Amino acid sequence: MAFPGLINYWIVVILMMTGFYIVISQGNLIKKIVGLNVFQVSVFVFYISMSKVFGGAAPILDDSIETYSNPLPHVLILTAIVVGVATTALGMALVVRIRDAYGTIEEDEIQRLEAEESEP
Amino acid sequence: MVAVAFAIARLRNLFTIVMLMGVFSLLSAVLYVLLSAVDVAFTEAAVGAGVSTLLVLGTIALTSERGDYTPEKFKVMPLLIVAATGVVLIYGTLDMPLYGDPDAPANKHVVPRYIEQSGAEIGVPNIVTSVLASYRGFDTLGEVVVIFTAAIGVLVLLGRGHNRWRPGMRAGVGAKREEEEV
Repeated sequence: MAFPGLINYWIVVILMMTGFYIVISQGNLIKKIVGLNVFQVSVFVFYISMSKVFGGAAPILDDSIETYSNPLPHVLILTAIVVGVATTALGMALVVRIRDAYGTIEEDEIQRLEAEESEP
Repeated sequence: MVAVAFAIARLRNLFTIVMLMGVFSLLSAVLYVLLSAVDVAFTEAAVGAGVSTLLVLGTIALTSERGDYTPEKFKVMPLLIVAATGVVLIYGTLDMPLYGDPDAPANKHVVPRYIEQSGAEIGVPNIVTSVLASYRGFDTLGEVVVIFTAAIGVLVLLGRGHNRWRPGMRAGVGAKREEEEV
């Protein structure tokens, strides 16, 4: 197997699992969303690295260029980045509301408050 | 990039984490340039590194910068789950086409046609633009719908109209609405 081989996929897997770990192990809601962002970027890197062709130029037409990289994943990820920001914005709005309702953004604190409310 | 991601996982102070998130986005933008995806790098640098960081900073300003106050005990379970998933995923990559392979399935199908014909059919030299705006115009329409929905969601959650009863009313939050386009 030549050098780059499958290494791009492995980097993506490592990044993805880091994001996943942040989401499931951290109690802070803002940090969870940051973890979700890391996960998201890893998916973007996955698509973009699939679209790379050896010796391929950026997909802008010119007579002097023979090979181009694959433009289709670029388009998809362009859409995904913007959608990702929309999701982040919605998540952040939820965090602000949760903070207003409970006075904290820690998951375990919220669960404790809920338990106290349910047993008078 | 991997190092920054690990740092985000370990650190507690939210402000530091947000700054690292910006650094992470910017590094990924550099990576996209190296992978010759210039349009994506452009968007990631502007939207991912810029707007996301601003949004999170705004949220921190409205909530608190403090991270977890109790020193967290090391949890084994999440690490186990993550390691298991990672191993399965890496096993899955063994069948994937090699990096830079021009014959990979992802580079076949409609893509050669886009590259060969779009110059004559659409007349825009940037293939990404012509695919985005013309061949896959409905995707872009769907994207706009998603952004619109998210904007409505943010407004409903934070807007001032009917939510006057909510505790700790804060002004100026409605400005967080999303209005960027690609």
